[in-house]
Amino acid sequence: MTTIQDANNRAGHGSFGSYITGLILALALTAVPFWMVMGGSMSTRTTLVGIAAAAVVQIVVHLVFFLHMNGSSGQRWNLVAFLFAVLMVVILVGGSFWIMNHLNHNMMPMMMG
Amino acid sequence: MSADALAIEPNVGSRALTPLQVRPEVEHSEAGSTTVLGFWIYLMSDCLLFAALFATNSVLANETAGGPTGRALFSIPYVLAETFCLLLSSFTYGMAMLALNTGRRSGVLGWLAATFLLGLCFIGMEINEFHRMIGEGAGPDRSAFLSSFFTLVGTHGLHVTSGLIWMAVMMTQVALRGLSATNSTRLMCLSLFWHFLDIVWIGVFSVVYLMGSM
Repeated sequence: MTTIQDANNRAGHGSFGSYITGLILALALTAVPFWMVMGGSMSTRTTLVGIAAAAVVQIVVHLVFFLHMNGSSGQRWNLVAFLFAVLMVVILVGGSFWIMNHLNHNMMPMMMG
Repeated sequence: MSADALAIEPNVGSRALTPLQVRPEVEHSEAGSTTVLGFWIYLMSDCLLFAALFATNSVLANETAGGPTGRALFSIPYVLAETFCLLLSSFTYGMAMLALNTGRRSGVLGWLAATFLLGLCFIGMEINEFHRMIGEGAGPDRSAFLSSFFTLVGTHGLHVTSGLIWMAVMMTQVALRGLSATNSTRLMCLSLFWHFLDIVWIGVFSVVYLMGSM
């Protein structure tokens, strides 16, 4: 029995309270962007920024309250792998956007106005 | 186990060769934490797969080839219901992990069953949505936008389906063999997998559905 508990304690310190907090925050952060789009009363720009901000915060909420990610030394390698993945995602997605926008601009000047 | 350990104890050589037989509880626990880290690194590589599909989808978002746009196709309340299914399933899996920590086998099985049903609900809704879209002539062959949509959302759906199969296997394992160290490590990995898929879904509903229907 100690083995099971050791294995779990190393990988995460979840408690009922942290899961409930995570659930409530995640529900709120899901409801807000859906409400912004379904209501449709805000400007496109505000809505876009709102959706992006809610998504980023909700991802952090999931990482902290559901995956129990923190800066402790026991999790250093998990964190390093995660930060490296984030860097790669930013390069991949940001780079694709950048390149394709330039390409569209150069190839189809009429359409881009 | 203890009889084996006693028999091997004086022989240091064979102890070194067969550590799993000598001290299964210690070795499994250490192997378990390495396994969980290894699984996490796999998930990060999976993250890059999804990043490539997200980038493709974003670049092709307006290439509808005269076909239907996201705005015309997506039902936002329907996606909200799907999102709640998956979010609640993340929570119920967390409850299963708490039951695992306190060694309650029936609790683990019950919460896993709840997670399984919520996941099944999500997949059922997604298949229904795909079916409706293809029926309306908005299949993956209609436009570049729809090809990338079906690839991204379909890949996520396939991951969730794999997670459901894995969960069914784990429920059987726990029912037959209890909360052993090996099963505990496997449940830990499945937990990471399941929460990770929920995080990917945040990206899907935000970028594909919400931004796509504006």
